[in-house]
Amino acid sequence: MADNNVVDARGRSCPEPVILTKKALSKNGNKAQVLVDNQVAVDNITRFAENKGLKVSVTKGDGEFKLTIG
Amino acid sequence: MKNVKNKKTLWMILTGLIIGAIAVLLVANGNPKNMGFCIACFIRDIAGGVGMHQAAIVQYIRPEIIGLVLGALIMSVAGKEFKAQGGSSPVTRFVLGFFVMVGALMFLGCPLRMVLRIAGGDLNAVVGLVGFVVGILAGIFCLNQGFSLRRTYEQSPLEGGMISAINVALLVLVVAAPPVIYFSTEGPGSMRAPLILALVAGLVVGALCQKTRLCMVGGIRDAVLFKDFYLLWGFIAIIVAALIGNLITGNFTLGFAGQPVAHTDGVWNALGMVLVGFASVLLGGCPLRQLILAGSGNSDSAVTVLGLFVGAAFCHNFKLAASAEGPTPNGKIAVIVGLVVVAVIAFVNIQKQKKNS
Repeated sequence: MADNNVVDARGRSCPEPVILTKKALSKNGNKAQVLVDNQVAVDNITRFAENKGLKVSVTKGDGEFKLTIG
Repeated sequence: MKNVKNKKTLWMILTGLIIGAIAVLLVANGNPKNMGFCIACFIRDIAGGVGMHQAAIVQYIRPEIIGLVLGALIMSVAGKEFKAQGGSSPVTRFVLGFFVMVGALMFLGCPLRMVLRIAGGDLNAVVGLVGFVVGILAGIFCLNQGFSLRRTYEQSPLEGGMISAINVALLVLVVAAPPVIYFSTEGPGSMRAPLILALVAGLVVGALCQKTRLCMVGGIRDAVLFKDFYLLWGFIAIIVAALIGNLITGNFTLGFAGQPVAHTDGVWNALGMVLVGFASVLLGGCPLRQLILAGSGNSDSAVTVLGLFVGAAFCHNFKLAASAEGPTPNGKIAVIVGLVVVAVIAFVNIQKQKKNS
């Protein structure tokens, strides 16, 4: 279920958020939502997903970001 | 999107070229050869400068380091990316930083100086690079198994800015040069570019590295792990620019023997860099990147820098650091101990990821 595929990578330093995203994507047919709390993670995950030809949208919350992939 | 990506890659290449060029410029203006920048060597010099070790030839408060941290601070504040955070296994990070320094002073250089040495024709650094890659692969294996030093938490702005404050204090010390601090009168520590030039060089490179996230370890790591070559472009660009600069200034000498501030013991050059690569992957970045993150408010990286600093003092107090004559017996033991300690840290911190933790 794509809806449940939420990765909580808040507080994680790179490259961990990207590794968690990579694992989630490979498990759930290239769809995932990822929560992170720093711009480096946003950039790295976005670059990773786009390199795989996936679409990424970012919504910014209170000091946090939610990335929706796929 | 494609354009944004290309533009970022272009910035990265430009950053690498500028760093390579500045490194050559610093050497031309007094820094030791192939040592325009060396995070390990310069932190070691600072440790000596404030009297933490008594190796008389490597004592100076290097303005490059101060510039790197403050450049990252200024750029991160300007770009609204300054974020005070920490609390992710700080003592473990300190120990990892300590052993990164042990490995770097066996090889005689951090990953950035390794690249600059390659660009100067020092083939011992190519041997070091082989070890470095092996160490990174070991780290990647652990990351894939679920290695994590656990999450960070938000800290107070003062905590995030503390390492920058320390660097301002160091700047005051190097400018005022009171008699209580130590400046080498001979050896590598006495070879230095003018203070202002070194400081500005650090500021420029610090700001660029904060913006682009340039990292020597990350370049190889991401290429292997994600087939992402963004960071590696910076790595390559530094070599290209420094190589051209060295050819122009006549500082390129191809070979193993007689290279500046280097030794020819291949096994220990490689093993030293295995230790640096392995521990740096676990830390999330090379010593340069740790300085930049520290300036950007990451107190875990600040603790890592303190680990590098204390490690450097130990290396010279207990004769662990290699020299142009080669490695020391104590240094060999320390590198082996370091590899064991880092491996234990790696395996103990592998978490089986069920759900989110």
